[in-house]
Amino acid sequence: MSSIRILIGKVGLDGHNRGALVLAEALRENEMEVIYSGLRQTPEQIVKKAIAHNVHIIGLSSMAGAHRHIFPQVLEELKMRGITNVPVIGGGIIPACDLSFLFDQGVSRIFTRSDSIDEIVKGIQSIVITCQKDRKIDRKETIR
Amino acid sequence: MNEIENKRHQIDYSGGDEFQKKPYFTPSNIPIRNCYHPNIKDQAFYKKIGFPGSYPYTRGIYDSMYRSKLWSIRQYAGFGSASQTNERFQYLLSEGQDALSVAFDLPTQLGLDSDHPLAKGEVGKVGVSIDSLYDMELLFKDIPLDQMRTSMTINAPAIILYCMYIAIAEKRKTPLQSIAGTIQNDILKEYIARGTYIYPPKDSTRLTIDLIIYAQKHTPKIHPISISGYHIREAGANAVQELAYTFANAITYLDEAIKHGVSIDSIAPRVSFFFSSDTNFFEEIAKFRAARRIWANLVKERYVPNDPKSCQLRFHTQTAGSTLTEQEPENNIIRVTLQALAAVLGGTQSLHTNALDEAEALPNETTARIALRTQQIIAFESGVSDTTDPLGGSYFIEDLTDEMEELVTSKVSEILEMGGAIRAVENGYYQREIQQAAYQTHKKMEAREKIVVGANKSNQKNASLFSTISYGKQNEQQDNYQIDTLYAIKKRRNEIKVLKSLRELREAATEEINVVPYVLQAVKSYCTVGEISDVFREVFGEYTGELE
Repeated sequence: MSSIRILIGKVGLDGHNRGALVLAEALRENEMEVIYSGLRQTPEQIVKKAIAHNVHIIGLSSMAGAHRHIFPQVLEELKMRGITNVPVIGGGIIPACDLSFLFDQGVSRIFTRSDSIDEIVKGIQSIVITCQKDRKIDRKETIR
Repeated sequence: MNEIENKRHQIDYSGGDEFQKKPYFTPSNIPIRNCYHPNIKDQAFYKKIGFPGSYPYTRGIYDSMYRSKLWSIRQYAGFGSASQTNERFQYLLSEGQDALSVAFDLPTQLGLDSDHPLAKGEVGKVGVSIDSLYDMELLFKDIPLDQMRTSMTINAPAIILYCMYIAIAEKRKTPLQSIAGTIQNDILKEYIARGTYIYPPKDSTRLTIDLIIYAQKHTPKIHPISISGYHIREAGANAVQELAYTFANAITYLDEAIKHGVSIDSIAPRVSFFFSSDTNFFEEIAKFRAARRIWANLVKERYVPNDPKSCQLRFHTQTAGSTLTEQEPENNIIRVTLQALAAVLGGTQSLHTNALDEAEALPNETTARIALRTQQIIAFESGVSDTTDPLGGSYFIEDLTDEMEELVTSKVSEILEMGGAIRAVENGYYQREIQQAAYQTHKKMEAREKIVVGANKSNQKNASLFSTISYGKQNEQQDNYQIDTLYAIKKRRNEIKVLKSLRELREAATEEINVVPYVLQAVKSYCTVGEISDVFREVFGEYTGELE
């Protein structure tokens, strides 16, 4: 496949974007195409940007506790638009006790500060490749 | 030479009032002088380093520093409702904290009421939720304002929260001259690093200046701005960038205030600063010492003040949150201790020590207590506050201080040549530089060139002794409670007064007259943070500038 296109999205009201920006830079260095959303994006804005750039995957960053509320909303927004093949991953400050809740909501994976760039790159690749296989079977439902 | 000799005598034997009662000795009964310095023939020393309390204040802004007045132990706190935070305040005060530092939630910091769609899930999360004066009254219930110093981390809506504080004082008939504290009110660093901006830089800077001018006349004991390098550092900048960007921002504020007819001697002594204390022990100490000298020279040369206080740099310090690890969080206690010690050896006026779990969550009562105790152990057990600037004269420290001064000064000039701080925000200079620095640091950590014990070195993935909290669970309840309160207040208030005060505020904002009295009137009519901020949104528009 061609290089992976990822949207790094800052959702919620917090302005801590150091992690998101460092990761964006690191992924670019690993030959991914990265679109950074900017601060304070609503779930709707995130999904619209994902569609506009035809990304393979969305990475959401939350540092101030809004993940329980906003990550599921992004997934909901995707579902509403019939997008089933763009996986959503998350990162930032996500307490371990919230992980199973987020996975139940459909988040593919949560990366934390303990994960190295290498681990994150491999993780993203494997999630996207799995999804791409489904994409081929499910051609009709690709994003507009 | 006579002058120096007199000063020397005074410095050697001064020690504040306390000194008269309690001479200072080590546990082995060796007497401790207030300050140590070389032979008075060393003129170069006196010019650059000199005495504490004397220009250029390298060694501290007071003659006897912590002997006469210990730094303020000021833990940043706030979460949930106003009543919940008031309880935490009462707890911290009963445990020996002597000043308050209010954390507001993100909706409040962004001028949104609790019922705003964007506020959903964020109410009371990282700070206390304030919608109207009613909440603020609960927040300060049973706290005598004239006996407290209150610091508020509030920027874009700084005027609103400041006015609420004044309104409470007026209601309680506490003289405004007696209320003390600090309003952060530093909008430029929000665009650079912290992210809670609302309006475009120029308009928001105007609000900053309006508050500075008003406060200087009406609330002389409130520092109307705390120019912050902390968030710039936390976003990834190094120590040189932290100081340089902060001072470039400071110059913008002073220049603007002076343009509005304020004299340097009425504003400069009211300006305060806020820095980070990071992990490299000696560089941080040198940074604080250099900061005082740079600022003294800068103010003296640029503004030619008469009052010596205008050249004194006062600052608050917080230990560096970004150095805390989620792995083996107990180790963070040691990191915080070292950082706090550097701040004290650097001569800080007040200090926040982070809690060990602050990388993950808001501190609970246990971790908040450990953070507070860390400062108390440094203050009352270690003896480091017995003499002033104990590291002054160390070859290494003085060399680092000189180097830091040189690097920072040339970076400040660079930004001024670029057109100043507002320009540097608008063209993305700051953001690019910081982002690059952050990425380089990260790469060094991954390559283990920069060691983080327990994280990238000797990582055992050990479980923590302390359980951290999930701040997700009470969420819905918190939102609902706050929204119910908001609606109740809206029902009870006088709607005619509300509309009138908002209309008058809109006119003031449009006509470029000082808006503070109009915000005060609106606040007293129980207009909400969101309603008042919306007036400014209409007049100034919203800023969305963000680098790709």
